[in-house]
Amino acid sequence: MEKTVKKNPLSFQIDPNLFQRASDEEKAQIVTQRESVSFMRDAMRRLVHNRMAMVCLVILVVITLVAIIVPMVYPYTYTQQDVTAKYLSPFEYSAKEQARIAAGQKVFPHIMGTDNLGRDYAIRVIYGTRISLMVGFISALIVVFIGILYGAVSGYFGGKVDLIMMRIVDIIYSLPDVLIVILLSVAIKDVISTSKSDLIVRLGAGMISIFIVFGLLYWVGMARQVRGQILSIKEQEYVLASKAAGASAMHIILKHMIPNCISVIIITAAMQIPSAIFTESFLSFVGMGVSIPMPSLGSLASDARSGLVSYPYMLLFPALTIFLIVLSFNLLGNGLRDAFDPKLRS
Amino acid sequence: MSENLLEVKNLKEYFPINTGFLRTTPLKAVDDVSFTIGRGETLGLVGESGCGKSTVGRTILHLYKPTAGQVIFDGKLVGPDTIKEYRRRAQIVFQDPYSSLNPRLTVADIVGEPLDVNKLYKSKKERSERILELLGTVGISSEQMTRYAHEFSGGQRQRIGIARALASRPEFIVCDEPVSALDVSIQAQVINMFEDLQRQFGLSYLFIAHDLSVVKHISNRIAVMYLGHIVEIAEANELYHHAVHPYTISLLSAVPVPDPERARASQRIVLEGDVPSPLHMPSGCPFRTRCSRATDKCAESCPQLAEVAPGHMAACHNL
Repeated sequence: MEKTVKKNPLSFQIDPNLFQRASDEEKAQIVTQRESVSFMRDAMRRLVHNRMAMVCLVILVVITLVAIIVPMVYPYTYTQQDVTAKYLSPFEYSAKEQARIAAGQKVFPHIMGTDNLGRDYAIRVIYGTRISLMVGFISALIVVFIGILYGAVSGYFGGKVDLIMMRIVDIIYSLPDVLIVILLSVAIKDVISTSKSDLIVRLGAGMISIFIVFGLLYWVGMARQVRGQILSIKEQEYVLASKAAGASAMHIILKHMIPNCISVIIITAAMQIPSAIFTESFLSFVGMGVSIPMPSLGSLASDARSGLVSYPYMLLFPALTIFLIVLSFNLLGNGLRDAFDPKLRS
Repeated sequence: MSENLLEVKNLKEYFPINTGFLRTTPLKAVDDVSFTIGRGETLGLVGESGCGKSTVGRTILHLYKPTAGQVIFDGKLVGPDTIKEYRRRAQIVFQDPYSSLNPRLTVADIVGEPLDVNKLYKSKKERSERILELLGTVGISSEQMTRYAHEFSGGQRQRIGIARALASRPEFIVCDEPVSALDVSIQAQVINMFEDLQRQFGLSYLFIAHDLSVVKHISNRIAVMYLGHIVEIAEANELYHHAVHPYTISLLSAVPVPDPERARASQRIVLEGDVPSPLHMPSGCPFRTRCSRATDKCAESCPQLAEVAPGHMAACHNL
């Protein structure tokens, strides 16, 4: 079979005899297909290509890592007071500290200065960030959990069940948010602050009451979104096929419905986090959030108001942090929406 | 062992439609339908869009709860105690190859689902072997089993749907317009596959379609539906050559003939008007509003299926 082709010595063509025939095996290898791409990987690829979202993600990761790691290694704690070092500007040393430096000791600088009780402001802001992020993530978790469960049940069973469940959602939705949040957090705080349970003492009644308020109020948006998705997925023939195979309602919801809602869930949760952080900051600002001496970005900003003219940096740092966190989460949420649901992009 | 694999008796499926505040009107999608399907037989079910063909298929499988009537499978009435076994032995292939496969699952998991649900394997190895075997049956190669549905063409997707239907080794498959979403060359391929599978596994089909030539090719018997009623049912050849019901005759005259000489010679019967809304069914015979032979009697009572020749039944007063 092998045929040698004569090459014209004057030709510039490549010598055909240098080529080898491909074996069947090699041919089969060429046909080997590209890697199979799952929905998640495809969405992640789109997200990585979104520069704005990636910048926000990096900012958030840095803020989160700082909030977790720095309090462990920082030389000051957020409760440590030093009456000789009140109202220091950033990188300023008190007279006592200057004496120590003169004596050859090392003194860690107050990066953001100190507050009215001589507490290091940087660690308070970082600690406040920690609290805010914790509120954001935990309330998002609560919202995701209740919202999915409620929305899936309502959408799947439909009919009268759906009617009643959605009217309850409508009622909760129509209540004025802020008013209920304030009322509930005051009421719940009173009730649980009498408890001596270890968890409550450690986190503070304020935090727990915020979680309960979020758990009670903010799941409705998620429940509506999930229900809407489930209603449209229910009409898909693969759900009928699964039913025809004898699958239970549980199997269909877990295997077919929730995986197909995942984009909506991720997007709604990402949008929920900044709104939770913002609400917590607001509550702390009006004095109904976390308990003293625990700082939160809201209470720090509130405390800074009194000395606003003399010490503007005390408002600047917490306000800037809230701004960065909320903006980053919102932009990341937009990026996630574009990545998971390209049809929604305008 | 009874002679018929499946027997449908007086099946009715009404959907409540909201027609006002707290008021519903039943939409009679399927109204009093009875037929039988023998072992290894294919019953074709034809009719125009919205006449209740698909609803019949889905109600037989109890995907919709029947409003009234009985489905008897292999001599046993399908009810709460027999449904589990029935689900394993009766399966469905859908029309739309795009919405019938879950986009988040790999092909192996789609085909394996009936196995998982019915616990038809003892080990992971047995499961994957069975999935490979099923995919081999429908001509999907083993390297493709970890791919997702969107990576396949329409014909391939339909074959994956068939593999899923075969997974639990059913005896009866409802084919709900399985080829109407495919282009003609692929249609032939999929129909031949249905025929091969029937020979190989001794399957019975209820083959729903609106393409009469496809149905004639694959069916042993054909039932014609109009507005939720079966108007005529007969052997495939008998129905083609000796149709008696005016609706069937007009339907057959609309089949395109691939021969211009004969096409010019044949006369097309064009029906007047539209299909009446199933919410406001005409009194008596459902077809009387568009029937050329309609008389006063047709408005009074609904004709029942009556035998006009051995094995050939039609529902019309004026035969």
